[in-house]
Amino acid sequence: MDNKVKMQAKKVDFFYGKNQALKNINLDVYLNRVTAMIGPSGCGKSTFIRLFNRMNELVPHTSLRGRISLDGQDINDPSVDAVDIRRRIGMVFQKPNPFPKSIFENISYGLKVNGIKDKAFIEQKVEDSLKKAVIWDEVKDRLGDSALRLSGGQQQRLCIARCLAVETEVILFDEPCASLDPISTAKIEELILELKKDYSIVIVTHNMQQAARVSDYTGFFLLGELIEFGKTQDIFTAPKDKKTEAYITGRFG
Amino acid sequence: MERHFDTELADLKCGILKMGDLVEEAIIDSVGALKELNKARAERVITEDKVIDECELKIDEECLDLLALRQPMAVDLRFITMAMKISTDLERMADLAVDISQRVLELADRPPLLKPLVDIPKLTLLAQRMTRDVISSFINKDVDLARQVILCDREADDLRNLVQQELLHDYISKNKANISRAIPLLLVARHLERICDHATNIAEDVIYMVEAKVVKHHIEKLGQEGQA
Repeated sequence: MDNKVKMQAKKVDFFYGKNQALKNINLDVYLNRVTAMIGPSGCGKSTFIRLFNRMNELVPHTSLRGRISLDGQDINDPSVDAVDIRRRIGMVFQKPNPFPKSIFENISYGLKVNGIKDKAFIEQKVEDSLKKAVIWDEVKDRLGDSALRLSGGQQQRLCIARCLAVETEVILFDEPCASLDPISTAKIEELILELKKDYSIVIVTHNMQQAARVSDYTGFFLLGELIEFGKTQDIFTAPKDKKTEAYITGRFG
Repeated sequence: MERHFDTELADLKCGILKMGDLVEEAIIDSVGALKELNKARAERVITEDKVIDECELKIDEECLDLLALRQPMAVDLRFITMAMKISTDLERMADLAVDISQRVLELADRPPLLKPLVDIPKLTLLAQRMTRDVISSFINKDVDLARQVILCDREADDLRNLVQQELLHDYISKNKANISRAIPLLLVARHLERICDHATNIAEDVIYMVEAKVVKHHIEKLGQEGQA
């Protein structure tokens, strides 16, 4: 596997007030690979993924040390626009969060915000994004319906399509299947495996089996530290650290 | 819904197919070397065995990864666990071809062959056919073919017994000087019969994989089923 670094965390410390939530994290996210973060609740994995598109700066009394880069550029550099970063690095959350608008508008919104007015272009982009997110066949005859009428699994795929429309490069998934049934979960997982051909993906999951199924690389977090990072097959068949082994075999956590 | 997992399972199947072909080739070459008392051909079987060993390691690693990473269930779980067992049997079959080749090296130092080969070639053809059929039954999930392979095992035992009796009664008991050239032939028959046993094991695994039915250690019952 030939790997090119897409995003990189270097010596990252993160604080909520005086509480240190992340300690000296060094981790590479590779281009066209799925990187999973696992670990028990409160280990810092969600905090970490939120640093990748500057979501944590919206939380008061937080501070960051270290460097997070996208294609070698520090995403926290004052010259970098946070909105542009969030376009290039999309995020899908635990609970699907479609806008209370039509299915079509959910996808076209990002394009319009980015100043695109060409109607034919927008229509094509909506169709392409919905197709890529494997939801087109289910919604093509009712694009004017409210997105809120879709099932949870469909809403989640719509949210993925929303990221794709604005030509995101990295997709961050924060527990994307936590509120979905097993069939919808399987569809999202298949979709992630398909999307990695064109995008770089980071996924935070409580579900270790899910990390095993979808990712190429896995990082195990515990108490704000990255205990082990490596190829998913190595982490799940022969982890190097005893704590990783104990966690993935269900001995604690 | 098409699954990415299916591609991985197909790759695993290809690995078993490739290993099966190599094992069949090793069996043909080892007995071919015996017929010709060809040391070079026997040595080639011995050297090439490492390729088959590598196949086994690769298949085992793939199976382990699939078990750990995909958490297979039902038919997928049976497929992967049986693929692991089948690769072990195939590797043992290849080792037996190596054993035959080593007997060839012993015999080649004391030419000519003690007797013309009659039943050993028959046993070889049977071992070869059972190997090919059992791999085919695995690839095509063909339980009827797997059952036929199991039923052939008795024929293999009978042929081995024929070789054994002939060598003991007509050669060893009549002239002790024949022992050094008779024992390797006895062992070759034994090795070929063991190859058929491994093919039978694989056939039993194939039936378990497809039907989730355990037929191990119930060969008589299966014979009746086959005749019915």
